[in-house]
Amino acid sequence: MAGFLFRRLLNYLALIAVATSLAYALAATALNPRANYEGRNPPIPPAVVDARLAELNLDDRTPLPERYLRWASGVVRGDFGRTVTGGSVNQDLGRRIGVTLRLITAGLLLGSVTGVLVGAYAAVRQYGPFDRLSTGVSFAVLAVPTVVLANILIIAAVWFNYLVGAHVLLVSGEATPGMPGGFAAQAADRLRHLVLPTLSLSLGLAAVYSRYQRNMMLDVLGADFVRTAMAKGLRRRTALVRHALRTALIPAVTYFAFTFGALLVGTTFTEKIFGWHGMGEQLVNSISANDVNTVAAISCFAALAVLAAALASDLMHAVLDPRVRMGADR
Amino acid sequence: MSVTDEELAEQHEAGDRLGAPSRLRVVAGRFFGSFQGRAGFALLALMFLLAFAGPFLGRWSYTDRDFTAFLAPPSADHWWGTLQTGADVYAVTLRGMRRSLVVGLLAAVVGTTLAAVVGAFAGYFAGWTDRALTWVTDLLLVLPAFLILAVMSPLFASGQWPLFVLVLALFLWMVTSKIVRGVTISLREREFVYAARFMGVRPTTVIFRHILPNMSSLLVVDATLNVSAAILTETSLSYFGFGIQPPDVSLGSLIADGTRTALYAPWTFWFCAGLLVVTVLAVNMVGDSLRDAFDPASGRGRR
Amino acid sequence: MKGYGGLRAESAGRPGTGRADRDDPAEPPGPVLEVTDLHVTFGAGAGAVRAVRGVSYAVRPGEVLGVVGESGSGKSVTSLAVMGLLPPHARVTGSVRLHGREILGADEKTLSAVRGGTISMVFQDPLSALTPVYRVGDQIAEAVRIHRRVSRRDAARRAVELLDLVGIPDAARRARAFPHEFSGGMRQRVMIAMAIANDPDVILCDEPTTALDVTVQAQVLEVLRRARRETGAAIVLITHDLGVVAGSADRVMVMYAGRPVEAGTVDDVYLRPRMPYTAGLLAAVPRLDAAERPVPIEGTPPSPAALPPGCPFEPRCPLAVPACAAAEPALEPVGSPGHLAACIRAEEIEAAGGAPLAARPPGALPAEAGAEAAAGVLPAGAGVPARTGGAFGGRAPEEPGGRAAPPPRRDREVVLAVDDLVRYYPLTKGTLLRRRIGTVRAVDGVSFDVRERETLALVGESGCGKTTTLMEILRLAGPQHGTVTVLGRDTAALGARDRMAIRRDLQVVFQDPMASLDPRMTVYDIVAEPLRTHGIRRPGPRVRELLRLVGLEPGHAARHPQDFSGGQRQRVGIARALALEPRLVVLDEPVSALDVSIRAGVLDLLTDLKARLGLSYLFVAHDLAVVRHLADRVAVMYLGVIAEIGRVERVYAAPLHPYTRALLSAVPVPDPGVERSRGHVLLEGDLPSPADPPSGCRFRTRCPLFRMLGGSERARCVDERPPLRMLGDDHAASCHFAERSGAV
Ligand code: SF4
Ligand code: SF4
Repeated sequence: MAGFLFRRLLNYLALIAVATSLAYALAATALNPRANYEGRNPPIPPAVVDARLAELNLDDRTPLPERYLRWASGVVRGDFGRTVTGGSVNQDLGRRIGVTLRLITAGLLLGSVTGVLVGAYAAVRQYGPFDRLSTGVSFAVLAVPTVVLANILIIAAVWFNYLVGAHVLLVSGEATPGMPGGFAAQAADRLRHLVLPTLSLSLGLAAVYSRYQRNMMLDVLGADFVRTAMAKGLRRRTALVRHALRTALIPAVTYFAFTFGALLVGTTFTEKIFGWHGMGEQLVNSISANDVNTVAAISCFAALAVLAAALASDLMHAVLDPRVRMGADR
Repeated sequence: MSVTDEELAEQHEAGDRLGAPSRLRVVAGRFFGSFQGRAGFALLALMFLLAFAGPFLGRWSYTDRDFTAFLAPPSADHWWGTLQTGADVYAVTLRGMRRSLVVGLLAAVVGTTLAAVVGAFAGYFAGWTDRALTWVTDLLLVLPAFLILAVMSPLFASGQWPLFVLVLALFLWMVTSKIVRGVTISLREREFVYAARFMGVRPTTVIFRHILPNMSSLLVVDATLNVSAAILTETSLSYFGFGIQPPDVSLGSLIADGTRTALYAPWTFWFCAGLLVVTVLAVNMVGDSLRDAFDPASGRGRR
Repeated sequence: MKGYGGLRAESAGRPGTGRADRDDPAEPPGPVLEVTDLHVTFGAGAGAVRAVRGVSYAVRPGEVLGVVGESGSGKSVTSLAVMGLLPPHARVTGSVRLHGREILGADEKTLSAVRGGTISMVFQDPLSALTPVYRVGDQIAEAVRIHRRVSRRDAARRAVELLDLVGIPDAARRARAFPHEFSGGMRQRVMIAMAIANDPDVILCDEPTTALDVTVQAQVLEVLRRARRETGAAIVLITHDLGVVAGSADRVMVMYAGRPVEAGTVDDVYLRPRMPYTAGLLAAVPRLDAAERPVPIEGTPPSPAALPPGCPFEPRCPLAVPACAAAEPALEPVGSPGHLAACIRAEEIEAAGGAPLAARPPGALPAEAGAEAAAGVLPAGAGVPARTGGAFGGRAPEEPGGRAAPPPRRDREVVLAVDDLVRYYPLTKGTLLRRRIGTVRAVDGVSFDVRERETLALVGESGCGKTTTLMEILRLAGPQHGTVTVLGRDTAALGARDRMAIRRDLQVVFQDPMASLDPRMTVYDIVAEPLRTHGIRRPGPRVRELLRLVGLEPGHAARHPQDFSGGQRQRVGIARALALEPRLVVLDEPVSALDVSIRAGVLDLLTDLKARLGLSYLFVAHDLAVVRHLADRVAVMYLGVIAEIGRVERVYAAPLHPYTRALLSAVPVPDPGVERSRGHVLLEGDLPSPADPPSGCRFRTRCPLFRMLGGSERARCVDERPPLRMLGDDHAASCHFAERSGAV
């Protein structure tokens, strides 16, 4: 058993290593950090540029394997190198990671809980008004890409603020810098910043989950064990909540691992559009800035996050489903 | 597999004439029997018509610039208004839509084919083949697709969009492939597959003759839903300038431009955004209705 | 309704078998459950399916009513309708009275108060009927707490008591297990425990033993009897198995196409059937205790969406006269009091004492029936296979085809030899943390041979390794241990080309004809596939010939498997297996997925083909009665080893291994007289896990003989694995004390 766990973690490690290396190799070939120094006025002497690039391990005249080795030996020691501006990638991303995690957590919680509840209720009342409405809404939401949704939310917020005559919803950043006031004011300010990005992230997720949960729920609604529960004398509603919903949650949890990748991408867009200084924003910026080391570091983080989600979903699966749990005595 | 035997050809015909309606007809009947299927199909057809025939109706080409009208609201001259550059919104939007549709369709077809082949081989052969293929699938799942596509974006400049389609497809197949693998593993234990194996049919033939056709409904539905996924990814990439590169336009790049002027020139944003949403909605509706039509036991129409 | 009155008035129990709790000579108690003129319709308009059309019955306390019918006869829908558990789109009319109170159409409050309390239900598939994520003890305790105001702890204690009552060993610990940790039989016990939790007055059992092996079926039926004794409840036992009803029920109702077609006491219905369908059904069941070949009922049951206007059995009835198609006959009294039959010729049959009446001329069979009845195989016009006092009217038992007997066994070529075959699987557990927790010894040293033109049956219950053995043979690759020799070639030494050549001679027919035919292909392509695979370019004429050979219309070649009935599909499967003119055909439960009335036709076809084409069969089955009618030799398997092997007549007449004895005695016989007089060897406990088989003799944990042995003798069973000993001419058993097995 320990062997199996060990092999699994080793496999994860290999996946992360290969994924990150691939991302590095790709970024180092495709991106051109030298371009950052071109077209400056006054022009920067080539020797200076070379020296600067060499210092950052971004010199395209050094063979790729050599650059890779230097970068990799740093990574093994936990150092992802320097950004194009010379700062430490570790420090930069360390600051941003919290922002991203806060956004993801809020969006994930809101999205999945709403989605599961809506889907389950819609299934129980199949073809009822709520089912039709939620189906229509989720279809509409699923057709709107995050970038459009975010922009629509911004337009709507501007319009709403105009209507109310006050800046109720804030569309840029995580908090107002230098905001005076005590904890309550700070919290309120953060909340006003949080509403729109969270919505933009969780709406799509809720739509996906509600569709999925509805299908799963419909699958178990007619299951024999629900009939047994009713044959025991439970009311339909009680039987559904106690027996059907509990069982239908299991596949939803497995589904979580699949949606996590999409969630990361959604976070990227949301951060960029709402001006949150998280990993996602940095991803878009670093590509524009030809920042090879940051790109590789973010890939590493993304790979880690996806695998962590897979592991978490397996764990939850085991918690919810006695059939996959082990050590049950016979 | 087709029947080449003339001897039975007439009996075939006779059988078909009086016999049970073909599966295709049953599925089509169910598909068009649902409101959602009809509406989705009609909308999608309309979008295609607009994208491919629409440009011939307008007076402007997407490369034209009207230097007398910058950011002009919709008028008889410019049906959907103009952009800041003086380009006709109608012309560029349809052009963008055409590109998005083609990219989406191709990427979905390539992606689903890849998913089917990889998943089926992994599931059928088990052992090392399975382990290797699954590992590659996992690797691609773990790689941040958006980042890779974005990093590679310079390669897509100057009309290299087919390459873009290929790379896009490369990141579309993994989840489907895992599902295909699971279905294959269960199909592999089905008796008709055993029957084929025990009569000496070669493994690859078994896969293409018995396994994949028996999940065709899954594949068709998935390909459809992949179209919308591909369109959405393409739009998002182009929005950030990482997808279709200028001078080519796509809905994504148009939306990106439009958001800047959306507040005071709504036509620059809403037309392209609206068309995008309607297209994706139509594709999703078609996909969902197809699923129900293939498998009446799933979702609607049950119990 | 007329029939109802008769049923209610005359439903006294059999004399001499009266129940203690019912032996009140003064006045029999009134019925607890009365169902009157129940109708269930799904859908509306032209596509409406009338699943149940006028069912009436009544049961008294402590009485067992058997409801018999084939799939689609409406028997299960009836019980769900009684419980009010049908989906809302089903339209239910009629009356269901529980203790005189109408519950049909009652509101949810009333219904949930009686469900699980006064009336409870046991479902067919105990795995899907239990919620997978809750512990079984909690699920039973829930049933208790719904109807009684007891504390959680008391409910849990009651759950343990109930588990103990239904015979689950170590109940307190097992109550904490999840459903998937139980075997099928144990799960069904849990279902029964749940059903009797609140001392119900009626228990509806819907195919309670269908998913179980025969020895486990016997145990579960015993538990049901105990449950009835404990609760004094009336039991409605719904099943397709005539044998189960014969041994357990007081009265029987036979259903066909959504209606009761015959009802009465068990003796009346089984010994003096007055409805041709009942008679046909009884004659179609392969019987363990009779050498007569079963006689198929021709045709297939009508689709409930398109019923003929007259008697629903008319298209298949050998006694049909033109008047039958005019109107549906009502259920009317015939013969002895309480005996009802829905047939216009019932009185005639009664008058003739069940003797065959004039049959319909054979040419008048409808096309469908003709296809189903293996053209040319059947002696035409079997007459009414009604049976008086256990004797079949019907066909003589001699082999059809009228060919010369094959040369003696030892002179015939060995087509398949299996020697000391072993197949182990790693056993893993958990998906999150997968680990190997042991080795499943699925097949552990099995040897047998099959000679030309002979049928060897491998029988045993699920988990005995019979299917694994078969797969090992079909793989045509070297086994983990031992040798498999097919047509004189050792499979371990085969090259790709030789293997391909052998595949021509070795073909297989699978259990489930729906699953074994690719649903996407036409019948033509299915039958042509082996021909094409082996390089035959123009398979057309051969396909046509094959379809005709198995009794199908060649004109149907363009159809898909879904367009055929179960029996016809299995014929397609047989045609495919015969395409390459094989010498050895492996049959994997070829009839167990088919309805009783169709089964006999396929068995006839197989027998006929074997004789005509000189085939050898390796036949895997769990149904001992079917084996008796198809096989020449039989090998009984238990936990991966052969317990007994020999000629069928010998093994069935004088079984040597205690397991064979138990197995044979557990098979219910569709004859109430025989069932009542037979002694039963009830095996205890479950099949041990093949991952951890008992030392020495594998059967010792359940062996009834073992329990009668002395200490030193027992030690031999525990320590020493019994070899397969030759104990007579072509009859061997692996038991140290086989000579004494008669004592069991
Ligand atoms: S009514 Fe006629 S067709 Fe029906 S069972 Fe009786 S004899 Fe046969
Ligand atoms: S060897 Fe012993 S335990 Fe085994 S069957 Fe014979 S008597 Fe029973």
